[in-house]
Amino acid sequence: MRPRRLLTPWLLLAPALAVALVFHIVPFFRTVQLSFTDFRLSSGGQYIGLENFGALASSEVFWLSAGNTLLYVVVVVPLLVALPLLLALLVQPKIPAMPFFRASFYTPVIASMVVVGLIWVFLLKEQGPVNWLLQTLRIVQEPLPFLTDGTLLLFSCMLVTVWKGLGFYMVIYLTALANVPGELHEAAQVDGAGSIRRFWSVTIPSVRPTMLLVGVLSAIAAMKVYAEIYVIAGPTAGPGGTVRSMVFTIREVGSGFDGQIGYAAAMSLVLFVFTIGLTVVLQKLNRENREA
Amino acid sequence: MSVIESTDPALAEASVGAAPRPARRPRRRPMRPAGVAKRVLHYVVLAAVLVLLMGPFVYTLGTSLKGDADSVFSYPPYFIPRDPTLENFAKVAEIIPVWTFIGNSLIVATVSTITNILFGSMAGWALARLRFRGNASAYLLFLATLVIPFEVIFISVFLTSKQLGLVDTLAGVILPSAVTGFSILLFRTAFGSLAKAVDEAAVIDGASEFQRYWRVSMPQVKGTMAVVGIFSFMFAWDDFLWPQIVLTSQQNYTLTVGLEFLAGAFADDQKVVAAGTMIAVIPLIVAFFIAQKWFFRGAGEGAVKG
Repeated sequence: MRPRRLLTPWLLLAPALAVALVFHIVPFFRTVQLSFTDFRLSSGGQYIGLENFGALASSEVFWLSAGNTLLYVVVVVPLLVALPLLLALLVQPKIPAMPFFRASFYTPVIASMVVVGLIWVFLLKEQGPVNWLLQTLRIVQEPLPFLTDGTLLLFSCMLVTVWKGLGFYMVIYLTALANVPGELHEAAQVDGAGSIRRFWSVTIPSVRPTMLLVGVLSAIAAMKVYAEIYVIAGPTAGPGGTVRSMVFTIREVGSGFDGQIGYAAAMSLVLFVFTIGLTVVLQKLNRENREA
Repeated sequence: MSVIESTDPALAEASVGAAPRPARRPRRRPMRPAGVAKRVLHYVVLAAVLVLLMGPFVYTLGTSLKGDADSVFSYPPYFIPRDPTLENFAKVAEIIPVWTFIGNSLIVATVSTITNILFGSMAGWALARLRFRGNASAYLLFLATLVIPFEVIFISVFLTSKQLGLVDTLAGVILPSAVTGFSILLFRTAFGSLAKAVDEAAVIDGASEFQRYWRVSMPQVKGTMAVVGIFSFMFAWDDFLWPQIVLTSQQNYTLTVGLEFLAGAFADDQKVVAAGTMIAVIPLIVAFFIAQKWFFRGAGEGAVKG
Protein backbone atom coordinates (compact mmCIF):
# COMPACT_ATOMS: atom_id res chain seq x y z
CA MET A 1 0.00 0.00 0.00
CA ARG A 2 1.26 3.42 -0.88
CA PRO A 3 1.66 5.86 1.99
CA ARG A 4 -0.92 8.16 0.45
CA ARG A 5 -3.49 5.40 0.91
CA LEU A 6 -2.68 5.13 4.58
CA LEU A 7 -3.29 8.83 5.00
CA THR A 8 -6.57 9.03 3.07
CA PRO A 9 -8.93 7.93 5.86
CA TRP A 10 -7.38 10.43 8.23
CA LEU A 11 -7.62 13.25 5.70
CA LEU A 12 -11.32 12.51 5.32
CA LEU A 13 -11.80 12.29 9.08
CA ALA A 14 -9.65 15.31 9.95
CA PRO A 15 -12.29 18.10 10.09
CA ALA A 16 -14.78 15.95 12.03
CA LEU A 17 -12.11 14.71 14.44
CA ALA A 18 -10.86 18.25 15.03
CA VAL A 19 -14.33 19.55 15.90
CA ALA A 20 -15.14 16.53 18.08
CA LEU A 21 -11.87 16.75 20.00
CA VAL A 22 -11.51 20.52 20.38
CA PHE A 23 -15.17 21.35 21.10
CA HIS A 24 -16.54 18.21 22.76
CA ILE A 25 -14.08 15.65 24.13
CA VAL A 26 -11.38 17.93 25.51
CA PRO A 27 -13.92 20.38 27.04
CA PHE A 28 -15.56 17.44 28.80
CA PHE A 29 -12.33 16.43 30.53
CA ARG A 30 -11.59 20.07 31.17
CA THR A 31 -14.98 20.41 32.86
CA VAL A 32 -14.07 17.52 35.15
CA GLN A 33 -10.72 19.12 35.92
CA LEU A 34 -12.20 22.61 36.47
CA SER A 35 -14.79 21.25 38.88
CA PHE A 36 -11.97 20.64 41.40
CA THR A 37 -10.72 24.24 41.18
CA ASP A 38 -11.96 27.68 42.21
CA PHE A 39 -11.28 28.98 38.70
CA ARG A 40 -12.77 32.39 37.93
CA LEU A 41 -12.85 34.11 34.57
CA SER A 42 -11.14 37.21 35.94
CA SER A 43 -8.54 35.78 38.29
CA GLY A 44 -7.72 32.18 37.42
CA GLY A 45 -7.75 29.58 40.18
CA GLN A 46 -6.23 26.58 41.89
CA TYR A 47 -7.03 23.06 43.01
CA ILE A 48 -9.48 22.97 45.93
CA GLY A 49 -10.51 19.31 45.98
CA LEU A 50 -14.19 18.62 46.53
CA GLU A 51 -15.02 22.05 47.94
CA ASN A 52 -17.27 22.99 45.00
CA PHE A 53 -19.37 19.90 45.52
CA GLY A 54 -19.65 20.65 49.23
CA ALA A 55 -20.74 24.18 48.40
CA LEU A 56 -23.33 22.79 45.98
CA ALA A 57 -24.76 20.47 48.60
CA SER A 58 -25.41 23.37 50.94
CA SER A 59 -26.60 25.80 48.25
CA GLU A 60 -30.30 26.59 48.25
CA VAL A 61 -30.16 27.84 44.66
CA PHE A 62 -28.64 24.56 43.52
CA TRP A 63 -31.32 22.44 45.20
CA LEU A 64 -34.00 24.71 43.83
CA SER A 65 -32.59 24.32 40.30
CA ALA A 66 -32.20 20.56 40.64
CA GLY A 67 -35.71 20.18 42.10
CA ASN A 68 -37.28 22.25 39.34
CA THR A 69 -35.39 20.29 36.69
CA LEU A 70 -36.50 16.92 38.07
CA LEU A 71 -40.09 18.18 38.39
CA TYR A 72 -39.81 19.26 34.77
CA VAL A 73 -38.83 15.73 33.73
CA VAL A 74 -41.58 14.12 35.81
CA VAL A 75 -44.32 16.31 34.33
CA VAL A 76 -43.13 16.71 30.75
CA VAL A 77 -41.92 13.20 29.87
CA PRO A 78 -45.20 11.26 30.37
CA LEU A 79 -47.06 13.90 28.34
CA LEU A 80 -44.49 13.76 25.53
CA VAL A 81 -44.59 9.95 25.46
CA ALA A 82 -48.40 9.73 25.32
CA LEU A 83 -49.74 12.75 23.41
CA PRO A 84 -47.55 12.49 20.26
CA LEU A 85 -48.56 8.82 19.91
CA LEU A 86 -52.23 9.83 19.81
CA LEU A 87 -51.33 12.59 17.37
CA ALA A 88 -49.47 10.14 15.13
CA LEU A 89 -52.47 7.80 15.10
CA LEU A 90 -54.62 10.79 14.17
CA VAL A 91 -52.52 11.78 11.14
CA GLN A 92 -51.54 8.26 10.05
CA PRO A 93 -54.51 7.38 7.77
CA LYS A 94 -53.98 8.34 4.14
CA ILE A 95 -57.08 10.51 3.72
CA PRO A 96 -57.43 13.83 1.86
CA ALA A 97 -55.60 16.90 3.24
CA MET A 98 -53.44 14.80 5.58
CA PRO A 99 -50.07 16.15 4.32
CA PHE A 100 -51.34 19.62 5.21
CA PHE A 101 -52.26 18.54 8.75
CA ARG A 102 -48.95 16.74 9.29
CA ALA A 103 -46.95 19.75 8.19
CA SER A 104 -49.06 22.08 10.32
CA PHE A 105 -48.64 19.94 13.41
CA TYR A 106 -44.88 20.03 12.85
CA THR A 107 -44.71 23.84 12.59
CA PRO A 108 -44.06 24.50 16.33
CA VAL A 109 -40.97 22.28 16.00
CA ILE A 110 -39.35 24.34 13.25
CA ALA A 111 -39.91 27.65 15.05
CA SER A 112 -37.20 28.57 17.54
CA MET A 113 -37.91 28.33 21.26
CA VAL A 114 -37.37 32.08 21.55
CA VAL A 115 -40.17 32.77 19.03
CA VAL A 116 -42.47 30.18 20.59
CA GLY A 117 -41.73 31.47 24.10
CA LEU A 118 -42.47 35.07 23.15
CA ILE A 119 -45.73 34.06 21.44
CA TRP A 120 -46.89 32.23 24.58
CA VAL A 121 -45.82 35.06 26.87
CA PHE A 122 -48.30 37.13 24.90
CA LEU A 123 -51.07 34.49 24.94
CA LEU A 124 -50.69 33.82 28.68
CA LYS A 125 -50.82 37.47 29.83
CA GLU A 126 -53.31 38.38 32.53
CA GLN A 127 -55.72 39.89 29.95
CA GLY A 128 -54.61 37.56 27.14
CA PRO A 129 -56.62 35.12 25.01
CA VAL A 130 -55.94 32.06 27.17
CA ASN A 131 -57.36 33.71 30.25
CA TRP A 132 -60.31 35.00 28.21
CA LEU A 133 -61.01 31.44 27.06
CA LEU A 134 -60.74 29.97 30.57
CA GLN A 135 -63.08 32.64 31.93
CA THR A 136 -65.59 32.32 29.09
CA LEU A 137 -65.75 28.56 29.59
CA ARG A 138 -66.21 29.32 33.31
CA ILE A 139 -63.21 27.18 34.24
CA VAL A 140 -61.86 30.04 36.35
CA GLN A 141 -63.50 33.13 37.84
CA GLU A 142 -60.45 35.40 37.97
CA PRO A 143 -57.65 35.45 35.36
CA LEU A 144 -54.81 33.10 36.30
CA PRO A 145 -51.42 34.76 36.91
CA PHE A 146 -49.55 32.45 34.50
CA LEU A 147 -46.55 34.77 34.24
CA THR A 148 -46.36 36.37 37.67
CA ASP A 149 -46.88 33.48 40.09
CA GLY A 150 -43.70 31.44 40.64
CA THR A 151 -45.31 27.99 40.61
CA LEU A 152 -47.64 28.71 37.70
CA LEU A 153 -44.74 30.20 35.78
CA LEU A 154 -42.85 26.91 35.90
CA PHE A 155 -45.93 25.08 34.64
CA SER A 156 -46.34 27.67 31.87
CA CYS A 157 -42.80 26.83 30.73
CA MET A 158 -43.67 23.11 30.78
CA LEU A 159 -46.79 23.81 28.72
CA VAL A 160 -44.64 25.51 26.08
CA THR A 161 -42.08 22.67 26.09
CA VAL A 162 -44.83 20.10 25.51
CA TRP A 163 -46.61 22.23 22.90
CA LYS A 164 -43.41 22.69 20.90
CA GLY A 165 -42.32 19.05 21.25
CA LEU A 166 -45.53 17.30 20.13
CA GLY A 167 -44.75 17.38 16.39
CA PHE A 168 -41.17 16.18 16.77
CA TYR A 169 -42.09 13.00 18.63
CA MET A 170 -45.16 12.56 16.40
CA VAL A 171 -42.84 12.06 13.41
CA ILE A 172 -40.80 9.46 15.34
CA TYR A 173 -44.01 7.57 16.16
CA LEU A 174 -45.20 7.84 12.54
CA THR A 175 -42.08 5.99 11.38
CA ALA A 176 -42.66 3.31 14.01
CA LEU A 177 -46.35 2.94 13.15
CA ALA A 178 -45.51 2.52 9.47
CA ASN A 179 -43.57 -0.61 10.43
CA VAL A 180 -46.48 -2.24 12.33
CA PRO A 181 -47.78 -5.02 10.05
CA GLY A 182 -51.34 -4.31 8.94
CA GLU A 183 -52.22 -8.01 9.34
CA LEU A 184 -52.01 -7.69 13.13
CA HIS A 185 -54.82 -5.14 13.15
CA GLU A 186 -56.87 -7.13 10.65
CA ALA A 187 -56.51 -10.33 12.67
CA ALA A 188 -57.58 -8.53 15.83
CA GLN A 189 -60.52 -7.03 14.00
CA VAL A 190 -61.62 -10.45 12.78
CA ASP A 191 -61.45 -11.63 16.39
CA GLY A 192 -63.92 -8.87 17.23
CA ALA A 193 -61.56 -6.42 18.92
CA GLY A 194 -62.82 -2.81 18.86
CA SER A 195 -60.55 0.10 18.10
CA ILE A 196 -59.80 0.85 21.77
CA ARG A 197 -58.98 -2.80 22.42
CA ARG A 198 -56.74 -2.88 19.35
CA PHE A 199 -54.95 0.26 20.55
CA TRP A 200 -54.02 -1.44 23.83
CA SER A 201 -53.24 -4.93 22.55
CA VAL A 202 -51.78 -4.27 19.08
CA THR A 203 -50.56 -0.67 18.75
CA ILE A 204 -49.00 -0.18 22.20
CA PRO A 205 -46.99 -3.45 22.25
CA SER A 206 -45.65 -2.84 18.74
CA VAL A 207 -44.48 0.73 19.46
CA ARG A 208 -43.15 -0.01 22.96
CA PRO A 209 -39.47 0.30 21.92
CA THR A 210 -40.28 3.65 20.30
CA MET A 211 -42.03 4.79 23.48
CA LEU A 212 -38.81 4.08 25.37
CA LEU A 213 -36.82 6.02 22.78
CA VAL A 214 -39.21 8.97 23.05
CA GLY A 215 -39.07 8.73 26.84
CA VAL A 216 -35.26 8.85 26.87
CA LEU A 217 -35.03 11.63 24.28
CA SER A 218 -37.64 13.81 25.98
CA ALA A 219 -36.12 13.17 29.42
CA ILE A 220 -32.65 14.21 28.25
CA ALA A 221 -34.17 17.29 26.56
CA ALA A 222 -36.08 18.17 29.75
CA MET A 223 -32.91 17.86 31.86
CA LYS A 224 -31.31 20.48 29.60
CA VAL A 225 -34.23 22.92 29.64
CA TYR A 226 -33.04 26.50 29.32
CA ALA A 227 -34.44 28.72 26.54
CA GLU A 228 -38.10 28.51 27.57
CA ILE A 229 -37.19 29.39 31.18
CA TYR A 230 -35.05 32.33 30.08
CA VAL A 231 -37.64 33.69 27.64
CA ILE A 232 -40.81 33.12 29.68
CA ALA A 233 -39.60 33.67 33.25
CA GLY A 234 -37.05 36.29 32.18
CA PRO A 235 -33.32 36.76 32.82
CA THR A 236 -33.95 37.06 36.56
CA ALA A 237 -35.78 33.70 36.77
CA GLY A 238 -39.21 35.03 37.70
CA PRO A 239 -40.41 36.52 40.97
CA GLY A 240 -37.81 35.93 43.69
CA GLY A 241 -35.55 34.18 41.17
CA THR A 242 -37.22 30.83 41.86
CA VAL A 243 -38.09 29.74 38.31
CA ARG A 244 -34.74 28.31 37.29
CA SER A 245 -33.38 25.09 35.82
CA MET A 246 -29.93 23.61 36.26
CA VAL A 247 -28.65 24.92 32.92
CA PHE A 248 -30.11 28.33 33.78
CA THR A 249 -28.12 28.44 37.02
CA ILE A 250 -24.96 27.06 35.39
CA ARG A 251 -25.08 29.86 32.86
CA GLU A 252 -25.86 32.45 35.53
CA VAL A 253 -22.92 31.59 37.79
CA GLY A 254 -20.49 30.55 35.06
CA SER A 255 -20.70 33.40 32.56
CA GLY A 256 -20.17 37.10 32.74
CA PHE A 257 -17.08 39.11 33.59
CA ASP A 258 -16.41 37.34 36.89
CA GLY A 259 -17.94 33.95 36.12
CA GLN A 260 -17.26 31.25 38.74
CA ILE A 261 -16.11 28.69 36.20
CA GLY A 262 -15.04 26.03 38.71
CA TYR A 263 -18.32 26.11 40.61
CA ALA A 264 -20.33 26.06 37.35
CA ALA A 265 -18.26 23.12 36.12
CA ALA A 266 -19.08 21.15 39.29
CA MET A 267 -22.78 21.78 38.71
CA SER A 268 -22.39 20.74 35.06
CA LEU A 269 -20.94 17.41 36.18
CA VAL A 270 -23.89 16.84 38.51
CA LEU A 271 -26.19 17.53 35.56
CA PHE A 272 -24.23 15.02 33.47
CA VAL A 273 -24.52 12.32 36.13
CA PHE A 274 -28.27 13.01 36.47
CA THR A 275 -28.73 12.73 32.71
CA ILE A 276 -26.83 9.47 32.38
CA GLY A 277 -28.52 8.08 35.50
CA LEU A 278 -31.97 8.91 34.21
CA THR A 279 -31.27 7.18 30.90
CA VAL A 280 -30.12 4.04 32.70
CA VAL A 281 -33.15 4.04 35.03
CA LEU A 282 -35.59 4.43 32.14
CA GLN A 283 -33.94 1.57 30.28
CA LYS A 284 -34.09 -0.65 33.35
CA LEU A 285 -37.76 0.20 33.97
CA ASN A 286 -38.57 -0.81 30.44
CA ARG A 287 -36.78 -4.12 30.78
CA GLU A 288 -38.64 -5.00 33.98
CA ASN A 289 -41.88 -3.95 32.36
CA ARG A 290 -41.29 -6.40 29.57
CA GLU A 291 -40.40 -9.29 31.82
CA ALA A 292 -43.51 -8.71 33.94
CA MET B 1 -59.95 25.79 3.26
CA SER B 2 -60.20 22.05 2.92
CA VAL B 3 -60.60 21.53 6.66
CA ILE B 4 -63.90 23.32 6.79
CA GLU B 5 -65.15 21.74 3.60
CA SER B 6 -64.37 18.29 4.85
CA THR B 7 -66.51 18.65 7.93
CA ASP B 8 -69.48 18.95 5.58
CA PRO B 9 -70.77 15.35 5.40
CA ALA B 10 -71.63 15.43 1.68
CA LEU B 11 -68.21 16.65 0.70
CA ALA B 12 -66.48 14.32 3.10
CA GLU B 13 -68.31 11.44 1.48
CA ALA B 14 -67.31 12.65 -1.98
CA SER B 15 -63.68 12.82 -0.99
CA VAL B 16 -63.89 9.40 0.59
CA GLY B 17 -65.21 8.10 -2.71
CA ALA B 18 -62.23 9.62 -4.44
CA ALA B 19 -59.75 8.00 -2.08
CA PRO B 20 -57.91 5.04 -3.57
CA ARG B 21 -59.04 1.71 -2.22
CA PRO B 22 -59.01 -1.88 -3.38
CA ALA B 23 -62.70 -1.47 -4.11
CA ARG B 24 -63.62 -3.97 -6.81
CA ARG B 25 -63.76 -6.96 -4.54
CA PRO B 26 -67.41 -7.80 -3.91
CA ARG B 27 -66.82 -8.47 -0.19
CA ARG B 28 -66.13 -4.81 0.43
CA ARG B 29 -69.28 -2.84 1.00
CA PRO B 30 -69.51 0.90 0.29
CA MET B 31 -68.92 3.09 3.34
CA ARG B 32 -71.77 2.87 5.79
CA PRO B 33 -73.29 6.00 7.42
CA ALA B 34 -71.41 5.07 10.59
CA GLY B 35 -68.17 5.15 8.58
CA VAL B 36 -68.97 8.58 7.21
CA ALA B 37 -69.76 9.87 10.69
CA LYS B 38 -66.44 8.49 11.87
CA ARG B 39 -64.60 10.24 9.06
CA VAL B 40 -66.33 13.54 9.83
CA LEU B 41 -65.44 13.18 13.50
CA HIS B 42 -61.83 12.48 12.46
CA TYR B 43 -61.67 15.79 10.59
CA VAL B 44 -63.29 17.64 13.48
CA VAL B 45 -60.57 16.38 15.84
CA LEU B 46 -57.89 17.25 13.27
CA ALA B 47 -59.29 20.76 12.96
CA ALA B 48 -59.31 21.18 16.75
CA VAL B 49 -55.63 20.14 16.99
CA LEU B 50 -54.87 22.46 14.08
CA VAL B 51 -56.33 25.40 16.00
CA LEU B 52 -54.31 24.40 19.06
CA LEU B 53 -50.98 24.12 17.22
CA MET B 54 -51.28 26.73 14.44
CA GLY B 55 -53.67 29.13 16.19
CA PRO B 56 -50.95 30.83 18.26
CA PHE B 57 -48.95 31.65 15.11
CA VAL B 58 -52.00 32.97 13.26
CA TYR B 59 -53.11 35.01 16.26
CA THR B 60 -49.63 36.55 16.60
CA LEU B 61 -49.55 37.30 12.87
CA GLY B 62 -52.85 39.16 13.30
CA THR B 63 -51.45 41.07 16.25
CA SER B 64 -48.35 42.08 14.31
CA LEU B 65 -50.60 43.71 11.69
CA LYS B 66 -52.73 45.66 14.18
CA GLY B 67 -52.68 49.45 13.99
CA ASP B 68 -53.01 52.23 16.56
CA ALA B 69 -56.80 51.99 16.69
CA ASP B 70 -56.66 48.25 17.43
CA SER B 71 -56.61 46.82 20.91
CA VAL B 72 -54.25 43.98 21.72
CA PHE B 73 -55.94 42.74 24.87
CA SER B 74 -59.68 42.87 24.36
CA TYR B 75 -62.46 40.64 25.63
CA PRO B 76 -63.35 38.82 23.45
CA PRO B 77 -60.01 38.75 21.61
CA TYR B 78 -59.94 39.17 17.84
CA PHE B 79 -57.06 38.61 15.46
CA ILE B 80 -58.16 40.21 12.18
CA PRO B 81 -56.91 43.80 12.49
CA ARG B 82 -59.54 46.53 12.08
CA ASP B 83 -56.85 49.11 11.39
CA PRO B 84 -54.28 47.00 9.48
CA THR B 85 -50.76 48.35 9.06
CA LEU B 86 -47.19 47.23 8.37
CA GLU B 87 -45.86 49.92 10.68
CA ASN B 88 -44.92 47.44 13.44
CA PHE B 89 -42.48 45.71 11.11
CA ALA B 90 -40.89 49.06 10.24
CA LYS B 91 -40.64 49.80 13.98
CA VAL B 92 -38.77 46.53 14.61
CA ALA B 93 -36.17 47.61 12.03
CA GLU B 94 -35.87 51.02 13.74
CA ILE B 95 -35.37 49.57 17.23
CA ILE B 96 -32.96 46.75 16.41
CA PRO B 97 -30.71 46.22 13.36
CA VAL B 98 -32.94 43.35 12.32
CA TRP B 99 -31.41 43.01 8.83
CA THR B 100 -27.98 42.55 10.38
CA PHE B 101 -29.37 39.87 12.70
CA ILE B 102 -31.06 38.09 9.79
CA GLY B 103 -27.79 38.27 7.85
CA ASN B 104 -25.85 36.81 10.79
CA SER B 105 -28.37 34.01 11.26
CA LEU B 106 -28.28 33.25 7.53
CA ILE B 107 -24.48 33.06 7.54
CA VAL B 108 -24.41 30.81 10.62
CA ALA B 109 -27.17 28.51 9.36
CA THR B 110 -25.88 28.26 5.78
CA VAL B 111 -22.26 27.60 6.73
CA SER B 112 -23.35 25.06 9.34
CA THR B 113 -25.49 23.27 6.74
CA ILE B 114 -22.61 23.06 4.25
CA THR B 115 -20.00 21.94 6.79
CA ASN B 116 -22.31 19.31 8.29
CA ILE B 117 -23.05 17.82 4.86
CA LEU B 118 -19.45 18.02 3.63
CA PHE B 119 -17.42 17.06 6.72
CA GLY B 120 -20.15 14.71 8.00
CA SER B 121 -20.20 12.77 4.73
CA MET B 122 -16.41 12.68 4.49
CA ALA B 123 -16.11 11.18 7.97
CA GLY B 124 -19.14 8.94 7.52
CA TRP B 125 -17.76 7.60 4.24
CA ALA B 126 -14.32 6.85 5.71
CA LEU B 127 -15.93 5.03 8.65
CA ALA B 128 -18.32 3.01 6.48
CA ARG B 129 -16.15 2.29 3.45
CA LEU B 130 -12.48 2.18 4.41
CA ARG B 131 -10.69 -0.41 6.52
CA PHE B 132 -7.90 1.11 8.54
CA ARG B 133 -6.37 0.90 11.97
CA GLY B 134 -8.29 3.23 14.30
CA ASN B 135 -11.65 3.03 12.53
CA ALA B 136 -13.45 1.62 15.58
CA SER B 137 -11.83 4.14 17.93
CA ALA B 138 -12.82 7.07 15.73
CA TYR B 139 -16.39 5.73 15.64
CA LEU B 140 -16.49 5.47 19.44
CA LEU B 141 -15.17 9.01 19.76
CA PHE B 142 -18.05 10.35 17.64
CA LEU B 143 -20.52 8.29 19.68
CA ALA B 144 -19.10 9.87 22.82
CA THR B 145 -19.85 13.38 21.52
CA LEU B 146 -23.51 12.31 21.30
CA VAL B 147 -23.56 11.14 24.91
CA ILE B 148 -22.06 14.36 26.29
CA PRO B 149 -24.77 17.06 26.16
CA PHE B 150 -23.46 20.44 25.03
CA GLU B 151 -25.25 21.98 28.03
CA VAL B 152 -22.80 20.11 30.29
CA ILE B 153 -19.64 21.44 28.62
CA PHE B 154 -20.55 24.90 27.32
CA ILE B 155 -18.72 26.68 30.15
CA SER B 156 -15.40 25.10 29.23
CA VAL B 157 -16.13 25.35 25.49
CA PHE B 158 -16.41 29.07 26.18
CA LEU B 159 -12.92 29.03 27.76
CA THR B 160 -11.56 27.19 24.72
CA SER B 161 -13.23 29.65 22.37
CA LYS B 162 -11.74 32.50 24.36
CA GLN B 163 -8.24 31.07 24.03
CA LEU B 164 -8.75 30.57 20.29
CA GLY B 165 -9.96 34.16 19.88
CA LEU B 166 -13.41 33.02 18.79
CA VAL B 167 -15.47 34.96 21.33
CA ASP B 168 -17.87 37.44 19.72
CA THR B 169 -17.35 36.04 16.22
CA LEU B 170 -19.75 34.13 13.99
CA ALA B 171 -17.07 31.46 13.56
CA GLY B 172 -17.27 30.96 17.31
CA VAL B 173 -21.01 30.35 17.01
CA ILE B 174 -20.61 27.90 14.13
CA LEU B 175 -17.57 25.79 15.05
CA PRO B 176 -18.85 23.64 17.95
CA SER B 177 -21.71 22.33 15.76
CA ALA B 178 -19.92 22.59 12.40
CA VAL B 179 -20.06 18.81 12.14
CA THR B 180 -22.13 16.92 14.72
CA GLY B 181 -22.01 13.28 15.72
CA PHE B 182 -25.59 13.05 14.52
CA SER B 183 -24.60 14.04 10.94
CA ILE B 184 -21.60 11.70 10.90
CA LEU B 185 -23.59 8.69 12.12
CA LEU B 186 -26.47 9.32 9.70
CA PHE B 187 -24.01 9.39 6.79
CA ARG B 188 -22.15 6.35 8.10
CA THR B 189 -25.38 4.29 8.11
CA ALA B 190 -26.41 5.61 4.69
CA PHE B 191 -23.03 4.77 3.09
CA GLY B 192 -22.94 1.44 4.91
CA SER B 193 -26.20 0.33 3.28
CA LEU B 194 -25.04 1.06 -0.29
CA ALA B 195 -24.36 -1.90 -2.59
CA LYS B 196 -20.68 -2.86 -2.56
CA ALA B 197 -20.59 -3.93 -6.23
CA VAL B 198 -20.53 -0.44 -7.76
CA ASP B 199 -17.81 0.61 -5.38
CA GLU B 200 -15.72 -2.47 -6.17
CA ALA B 201 -16.11 -1.86 -9.90
CA ALA B 202 -14.83 1.67 -9.35
CA VAL B 203 -11.80 0.28 -7.49
CA ILE B 204 -11.02 -2.02 -10.41
CA ASP B 205 -11.37 0.93 -12.79
CA GLY B 206 -8.61 2.57 -10.78
CA ALA B 207 -10.71 5.25 -9.09
CA SER B 208 -9.06 6.99 -6.14
CA GLU B 209 -10.71 7.06 -2.73
CA PHE B 210 -11.73 10.62 -3.29
CA GLN B 211 -13.41 9.79 -6.61
CA ARG B 212 -15.22 6.84 -5.04
CA TYR B 213 -16.52 9.05 -2.25
CA TRP B 214 -17.49 12.06 -4.30
CA ARG B 215 -18.59 10.58 -7.64
CA VAL B 216 -19.82 7.10 -6.75
CA SER B 217 -21.19 7.24 -3.22
CA MET B 218 -22.35 10.83 -2.68
CA PRO B 219 -24.95 10.88 -5.49
CA GLN B 220 -26.61 7.85 -3.88
CA VAL B 221 -27.33 9.42 -0.49
CA LYS B 222 -29.33 12.50 -1.48
CA GLY B 223 -32.07 11.68 1.05
CA THR B 224 -29.58 11.69 3.91
CA MET B 225 -28.04 14.91 2.60
CA ALA B 226 -31.48 16.51 2.72
CA VAL B 227 -32.17 15.35 6.27
CA VAL B 228 -28.76 16.41 7.58
CA GLY B 229 -29.04 19.73 5.73
CA ILE B 230 -32.54 20.56 6.97
CA PHE B 231 -31.78 19.65 10.59
CA SER B 232 -28.45 21.52 10.59
CA PHE B 233 -30.09 24.64 9.17
CA MET B 234 -33.01 24.50 11.60
CA PHE B 235 -30.78 23.86 14.60
CA ALA B 236 -28.42 26.72 13.74
CA TRP B 237 -31.27 29.14 12.97
CA ASP B 238 -33.11 28.34 16.22
CA ASP B 239 -30.22 27.89 18.67
CA PHE B 240 -30.19 30.29 21.61
CA LEU B 241 -27.94 29.23 24.53
CA TRP B 242 -24.60 29.11 22.70
CA PRO B 243 -24.96 32.28 20.56
CA GLN B 244 -26.14 34.09 23.69
CA ILE B 245 -22.98 33.02 25.54
CA VAL B 246 -20.39 33.53 22.83
CA LEU B 247 -21.67 36.75 21.23
CA THR B 248 -21.16 39.92 23.23
CA SER B 249 -21.67 42.87 20.90
CA GLN B 250 -25.00 43.69 19.35
CA GLN B 251 -23.89 43.84 15.72
CA ASN B 252 -22.93 40.15 15.91
CA TYR B 253 -26.21 38.89 17.41
CA THR B 254 -28.09 36.16 15.63
CA LEU B 255 -31.84 36.60 15.21
CA THR B 256 -32.88 34.61 18.30
CA VAL B 257 -30.55 36.58 20.59
CA GLY B 258 -31.60 39.86 18.98
CA LEU B 259 -35.26 38.99 19.34
CA GLU B 260 -34.89 38.25 23.05
CA PHE B 261 -33.15 41.62 23.36
CA LEU B 262 -36.06 43.32 21.54
CA ALA B 263 -38.60 41.62 23.78
CA GLY B 264 -36.67 42.57 26.90
CA ALA B 265 -36.46 46.22 25.91
CA PHE B 266 -39.95 46.63 24.44
CA ALA B 267 -42.01 44.16 26.43
CA ASP B 268 -44.91 46.62 26.62
CA ASP B 269 -45.29 47.09 22.89
CA GLN B 270 -46.94 43.76 22.09
CA LYS B 271 -47.49 44.58 18.42
CA VAL B 272 -43.79 45.26 17.81
CA VAL B 273 -42.71 42.07 19.62
CA ALA B 274 -45.28 40.14 17.58
CA ALA B 275 -43.87 41.62 14.37
CA GLY B 276 -40.36 40.62 15.47
CA THR B 277 -41.35 37.01 16.05
CA MET B 278 -43.09 36.89 12.67
CA ILE B 279 -39.95 38.16 10.92
CA ALA B 280 -38.03 35.28 12.48
CA VAL B 281 -40.52 32.53 11.83
CA ILE B 282 -42.40 33.25 8.58
CA PRO B 283 -39.48 32.53 6.19
CA LEU B 284 -38.94 29.20 7.96
CA ILE B 285 -42.64 28.24 7.82
CA VAL B 286 -42.91 29.13 4.12
CA ALA B 287 -39.76 27.16 3.26
CA PHE B 288 -41.00 24.23 5.34
CA PHE B 289 -44.43 24.05 3.69
CA ILE B 290 -42.76 24.10 0.26
CA ALA B 291 -40.33 21.32 1.24
CA GLN B 292 -42.62 19.34 3.55
CA LYS B 293 -43.37 16.46 1.18
CA TRP B 294 -39.68 15.90 0.67
CA PHE B 295 -38.95 16.40 4.37
CA PHE B 296 -41.35 13.75 5.68
CA ARG B 297 -40.12 11.26 3.09
CA GLY B 298 -36.49 12.01 3.93
CA ALA B 299 -37.09 11.92 7.69
CA GLY B 300 -38.77 8.55 7.34
CA GLU B 301 -35.90 7.19 5.25
CA GLY B 302 -33.27 8.56 7.60
CA ALA B 303 -34.96 7.09 10.64
CA VAL B 304 -35.37 3.69 9.04
CA LYS B 305 -31.77 3.63 7.94
CA GLY B 306 -30.48 5.12 11.18
